Amino acid sequence: MRNVLIIAGKEIRSYFNSTIAYIFMVVFLVLTALLFFELQKFFVIGQATLRDFFGLVPIVMLFFVPAISMRMWAEERKLGTLETLMTLPLRDGEVVLGKFLAGLAFLLITLALTFPLPVIVSALGNPDSGALFCGYLGLVLLGASYLAIGLWISSLTENQIVAFVTAAVACLILFIIGVDVFLTAVPSWLVPFLKGIALGSRFSSIERGVIDLRDIVYYLSIIGFFLFLNMRSVELRKGA
Amino acid sequence: MIEVVSLSKRFGATVALEDVSFQVAAGEVLGFLGPNGAGKTTAMRIITCYIPQDGGAVRVGGLDTAERSVEVRRKIGYLPESAPLYHDMGVREYLGFVGRVRRIEPPLLGQRLEEMIEICGLKRMQHRLIGTLSKGYRQRVGLAQTLIHDPEVLILDEPTSGLDPNQIAEIRDLIKRIGREKTIILSTHILPEVEATCSRVIIINEGRIVASGTPRELTSRSQGAPRVYLTVEGAAAADVEPALRESGLGQEVRLIEALDGRARFALGCEAADPEAQLFRLAVRQGWTLTELKRETVSLEQVFTRLTTRETAES
Ligand SMILES: Nc1ncnc2c1ncn2[C@@H]1O[C@H](COP(=O)(O)OP(=O)(O)OP(=O)(O)O)[C@@H](O)[C@H]1O
Ligand SMILES: [Mg+2]
Repeated sequence: MRNVLIIAGKEIRSYFNSTIAYIFMVVFLVLTALLFFELQKFFVIGQATLRDFFGLVPIVMLFFVPAISMRMWAEERKLGTLETLMTLPLRDGEVVLGKFLAGLAFLLITLALTFPLPVIVSALGNPDSGALFCGYLGLVLLGASYLAIGLWISSLTENQIVAFVTAAVACLILFIIGVDVFLTAVPSWLVPFLKGIALGSRFSSIERGVIDLRDIVYYLSIIGFFLFLNMRSVELRKGA
Repeated sequence: MIEVVSLSKRFGATVALEDVSFQVAAGEVLGFLGPNGAGKTTAMRIITCYIPQDGGAVRVGGLDTAERSVEVRRKIGYLPESAPLYHDMGVREYLGFVGRVRRIEPPLLGQRLEEMIEICGLKRMQHRLIGTLSKGYRQRVGLAQTLIHDPEVLILDEPTSGLDPNQIAEIRDLIKRIGREKTIILSTHILPEVEATCSRVIIINEGRIVASGTPRELTSRSQGAPRVYLTVEGAAAADVEPALRESGLGQEVRLIEALDGRARFALGCEAADPEAQLFRLAVRQGWTLTELKRETVSLEQVFTRLTTRETAES
């Protein structure tokens, strides 16, 4: 665990030493706020709800999270630092987990900074701390799943742009197959299956305030599964 | 300390290493020599547990690299080729990170950091981002990183590449100094470096060991019988030549030039130490020797001979 934290610390530090971290964060926050207020105009003042906010952020996160994860392995491979890193006395799993935690910390900080938006909305309407809590819980679980997927994809290439695009598309597909609009367009026998694996449908129900243990277990297993793949790919591709 | 037993590794169709075996005793400095693509880096990567081998085994301090990988890595300090480092970390920050992973605890960690910065000459650069350093300074940071936990075993892949002559001399001194207590494997293309730092040399070509021994052994072995050049004054060349033949030193006597009462000869000697006998001969004959020089084979020539012949054959 100690090693995991050391790796996470190193990732976070080198992230904040480069301006890129701040740029991503600012772009994410500005984009979210702009889109949110656009929605509000669209619905006439005061009509946009918490629901709209929690519907919007997962979409913006589709781009934001792969942007965080894209460099995490790809850059190590590009610079050759993977060799120095993986010949330190660390287990593969510790390094993978450390990188994941660093990304998660960055995600949590950024999500925390969006907090004023829903608060403004609920102050105008009826403040509902339960809904806020559920919404953020859903966002964290969803974002962490995106992150695990993006991190794994980053370990497969040394090109950050490729990692970004692939991860964004992968997350988009996994998100969209659970959205109602999409589900009405596919054969009905597919629906339960798609709903089962989709990232989006579970999010909707958590965000609506239905915290089902199965949904949480689902997200945790998605995260675990992709972190496991990540360990395998690091192990196999170290020397390549 | 390091045992490598019939190691082999291929990358697709390329054979990077084929049945490579050698041992390095504690306190030895072993030099890896070989042309580009010989397999030096590959061998080092396997020893440092970065990539797995296809066949054979490596043991470091008695521990198998495949089974006790983390423990083996704890013993080793590894400087990869061209010292890859994080560009967006500071020098101190990076060394601190490596130190913590190496389990150096805080009071000692700060002390080790200062020592490394001192030894590797990084004082002026310690607060810079690594990405803004020149190649030579990055190499020094890389070296500091390999030394920070005072490892028993050092694996250095071309440690002096990219350095200026002064820095090269410094790093060589450093390697010699720390090499007294440590086991070191270093690879290089610079032959004088091997002669200056290594107690033993292995020459690798196309994934195979083609020669090994001390630098002296290698040069004398491929030298065969010594050839001596001598210039004699105060005697006619026609008299000197038969006298040399009769001396029993060697039959291959060749007159190179005869000018103004001076004659220069090349003598292929059978005796291992012909100089003393030649002096005595000159005294007996009343010659004045103005030159007596043994032709030496440099490690460079050995290297060229071993690595080009092999390539031509295959
Ligand atoms: N990851 C890899 N994938 C494919 N081939 C590789 C890989 N790494 C090394 N090789 C091949 O293995 C052989 C040995 O390479 P290696 O890097 O060990 O040589 P080297 O002796 O270190 O050479 P140099 O002096 O240029 O550093 C070369 O033919 C090289 O092309
Ligand atoms: Mg090499």
